[in-house]
Amino acid sequence: MSEKELVRFKIDGLEVEAERGSMLLPVALDYGFEIPHLCHHEAVSPYGACRLCLVEVTKNGRTRMTTSCTYPVEDVIEVSTDTDQIRRARRLLLELLLARSSRAELIQRVAKEAGVTETRFKAVDDDCILCGLCERVCREVVEANAISFVNRGDRKEVAPPFWDPMACIACGACVYICPTDCIKMEEKGDERTIVRWKRTLKMQKCKSCGKPFAPLFQLNWIIDKASLPKDFYDVCPVCKQMG
Amino acid sequence: MYLKGPDELERLRKQVIEGKKAEEGQKRVVLCTGTGCRGAGALEVSEAFQKELDRSSDIELKRTCCHGFCERGPITVIEPMGVFYQMVSPEQVSQIIAETVKKGEVIEDLLYKDPKTGENIRYEKDIPFYMRQMRLVFGHNRLIDPTRIEDYLATGGYKALTKALFGMSPEQIIEEVKRSGLRGRGGGGFPAGRKWENCRRAGADVKYVICNCDEGDPGAYMDRSLMEGNPHRVLEGMIIGAYAIGASEGYVYVRNEYPLAVQNVGIAIKQAEKMGLLGENILGSGFKFTISINRGGGAFVAGESTALMASIEGQVAEPRAKHIHTVESGLWERPTNLNNVETWANVPVIIERGADSYSNIGTEGSKGTKIFSLVGKINNTGLIEVPMGMTLREIVHDIGGGIPGGKKFKAVQTGGPSGGCIPEALMELPVDFDELTKAGSMMGSGGMIVMDESTCMVDVAKYFTNFLRDESCGKCTSCREGTLRMYEVLDDITKGKGREGDIELLEELGWVTAEASLCGLGQTAPNPVLSTIHYFRDEYEAHIRDKKCPAGVCRDLITYDIDTELCIACGKCKKECPVEAITGEKKVPHEIDQDKCIRCGTCMEVCPEDAVKVQ
Ligand SMILES: Cc1cc2nc3c(=O)[nH]c(=O)nc-3n(C[C@H](O)[C@H](O)[C@H](O)COP(=O)(O)O)c2cc1C
Ligand code: SF4
Ligand code: SF4
Ligand code: FES
Repeated sequence: MSEKELVRFKIDGLEVEAERGSMLLPVALDYGFEIPHLCHHEAVSPYGACRLCLVEVTKNGRTRMTTSCTYPVEDVIEVSTDTDQIRRARRLLLELLLARSSRAELIQRVAKEAGVTETRFKAVDDDCILCGLCERVCREVVEANAISFVNRGDRKEVAPPFWDPMACIACGACVYICPTDCIKMEEKGDERTIVRWKRTLKMQKCKSCGKPFAPLFQLNWIIDKASLPKDFYDVCPVCKQMG
Repeated sequence: MYLKGPDELERLRKQVIEGKKAEEGQKRVVLCTGTGCRGAGALEVSEAFQKELDRSSDIELKRTCCHGFCERGPITVIEPMGVFYQMVSPEQVSQIIAETVKKGEVIEDLLYKDPKTGENIRYEKDIPFYMRQMRLVFGHNRLIDPTRIEDYLATGGYKALTKALFGMSPEQIIEEVKRSGLRGRGGGGFPAGRKWENCRRAGADVKYVICNCDEGDPGAYMDRSLMEGNPHRVLEGMIIGAYAIGASEGYVYVRNEYPLAVQNVGIAIKQAEKMGLLGENILGSGFKFTISINRGGGAFVAGESTALMASIEGQVAEPRAKHIHTVESGLWERPTNLNNVETWANVPVIIERGADSYSNIGTEGSKGTKIFSLVGKINNTGLIEVPMGMTLREIVHDIGGGIPGGKKFKAVQTGGPSGGCIPEALMELPVDFDELTKAGSMMGSGGMIVMDESTCMVDVAKYFTNFLRDESCGKCTSCREGTLRMYEVLDDITKGKGREGDIELLEELGWVTAEASLCGLGQTAPNPVLSTIHYFRDEYEAHIRDKKCPAGVCRDLITYDIDTELCIACGKCKKECPVEAITGEKKVPHEIDQDKCIRCGTCMEVCPEDAVKVQ
């Protein structure tokens, strides 16, 4: 690759620059602009599902509202992050999300910040907002491909294919990334469970300290993937470090 | 036979045409076995003909696909006379052969009878349904057995390809398509020439062209009929396009529910490969291009360009943001040019006739013809092809033959499930891309659903919104939740639970669904709601304020009453009522107990005196 190419453009009147190929949302956030967003995470690729990160982009004299997390930065564009239109759209989106996931603290907080405290719609109470972060982290980062979207429309959900979580290594990446905390992990004795996917795995006991430290299935999966020696995980990382 | 060059193609064409000339005057039964006619029993008729004809070898049976007038299927044309028979049944086959084919006598009962004049019409060209059409793209269907490439060659097939490959540079082709004014027929109406140009400009060693035959609109079947009835026309368009763009591989994406289309285009590809019209070194030009078939699972959203490409890649058919255009990075991140079946089928016409002649047809901003599927409360349902700019009135009344049962026209929904409903007052609207959009609807793929006075517009809006709620891929908050909540509000309104402010709430929801959603589905999903609010607001208000459904459709808002003056006390309604809500004796007018009545409408249907009234 040649040298990194910079593009220059304006956000709310401020001259900014960014690497060509980067998406608008992270650039704007870096510059300190406040744009609410629920389905973006720097560890995974852009998706554009929650629609909260709407901005107005003016290009060649034409202005349109679009999601900033999926918009590759360009020279000549002018971006507005806080117009009447955008506020109106965000409030409606949050009112819709609040009806779907009224118990989710994050949604309550983001909604409140936008001035939305009530919803005119019947509550559904599904904490999952279908942001797809768990699906992306599992596929792109962990590469376990253990969960995916199933069904469509308002029946869409994230689930292990055919509700068989056999590919899940119970690593907990989805638990960590889920913005609404609706994927729970429990550890009891030498077992770890990812509650939402109904996956329970036995944990490997450290040959040195005796404590269970990670699911055996996961360790074997890593050993396989990275071609590590078979006994690589006999001892937990803590004991290993202490030699 | 492998054709090494254009002269060999012309030689073959000459042979084929001479062969056909020699057959002129040949007795022939042309039978439509397209999907519409099959539904009406065309395969049984075909079998009956085959059995009869096995005994007389001088008569040929030719099976074509859709002629468009599906309402009247199975359709048969007897040649050389050219007599047009409709609604033919297997029992009538031996009579047709004995009288018409052998003796040249016309069977009056099988002719189309003009409902307006009461006269029998002998020839297809004189039937009002066909008279006003301009069958530029679709017309050859009736001359072609889609499994025989020779039939296509006889209609001038692959002439445009020769012209393009040997007489034009890729740039000239693109210029020609641009000047023709051809806009995509798959819904968006994007100028085809410009798309091609952008894709040509995108630098890459491998590029793709795709034909979109997903056709997920319920009730629309023009793409299917083209693909089933004249697949070579579509392939020829694709080969020309691929040459102009510089693509080496093509895909035809057909929905799985179209087995005949899959079969016929499959046969066509094999024939074209055998003749050297597809594959390495096409017609000796040095141009290489192959086409494979991809079967789609059938979700409505899979027809959206990026979802379709994801589906070909083996991923979930979900749209992605198009800030990076597919002409630059589409299928497998390579430049990809996607067009609709009908768009591709227009290309050979443009190349052969030239852009100037083509752009004479149509309106300022929409050139050429458009195929529509005309369905609903209309006399002549079927597929029609008309020049852009024909008025709605001409389409509905002249071609469609008006509304059955003497009922009044109320609205026509154009553009498929997310189109808008256009009222009587706009019947003079010239139908093209821009006028339909201005009227709050859209061209879409060309569906037209006609509604009469017995249709409740709130109920219609609810029906389509529910379809879109169900078909939304569920990715965008705005589309998934927006369509769901619009549906809920509409459902409440039709059940008498509408509240003041509901109309405004629908408008708000419609706005955010259209403005904040990623793909065309969400962006157009509010059309049914917003257009009916715009043109039929009084109906919404009647439901919400007066708790009345003016069209008498919404069960919770209507009452059935028996007009005592008209009731002859025959007792039919009393006998048929499923909940025994009707009382009455002989000679005493009957009465409906409103508390028991479930408003099923049975009494109204069975009353011989039309004494049951709905309010
Ligand atoms: C929800 C949705 C469904 C679509 N379905 C179809 C379809 O079935 N067939 C089609 O040709 N285009 C369909 N389109 C339009 C395509 O995205 C695309 O614009 C079109 O195929 C491009 O071809 P054209 O320019 O020749 O029209 C659909 C679009 C959306 C948003
Ligand atoms: S489970 Fe959590 S991370 Fe996964 S889609 Fe739902 S909200 Fe997003
Ligand atoms: S607009 Fe609707 S159908 Fe289109 S991507 Fe968004 S959720 Fe899916
Ligand atoms: S963060 Fe951009 S759509 Fe969710």
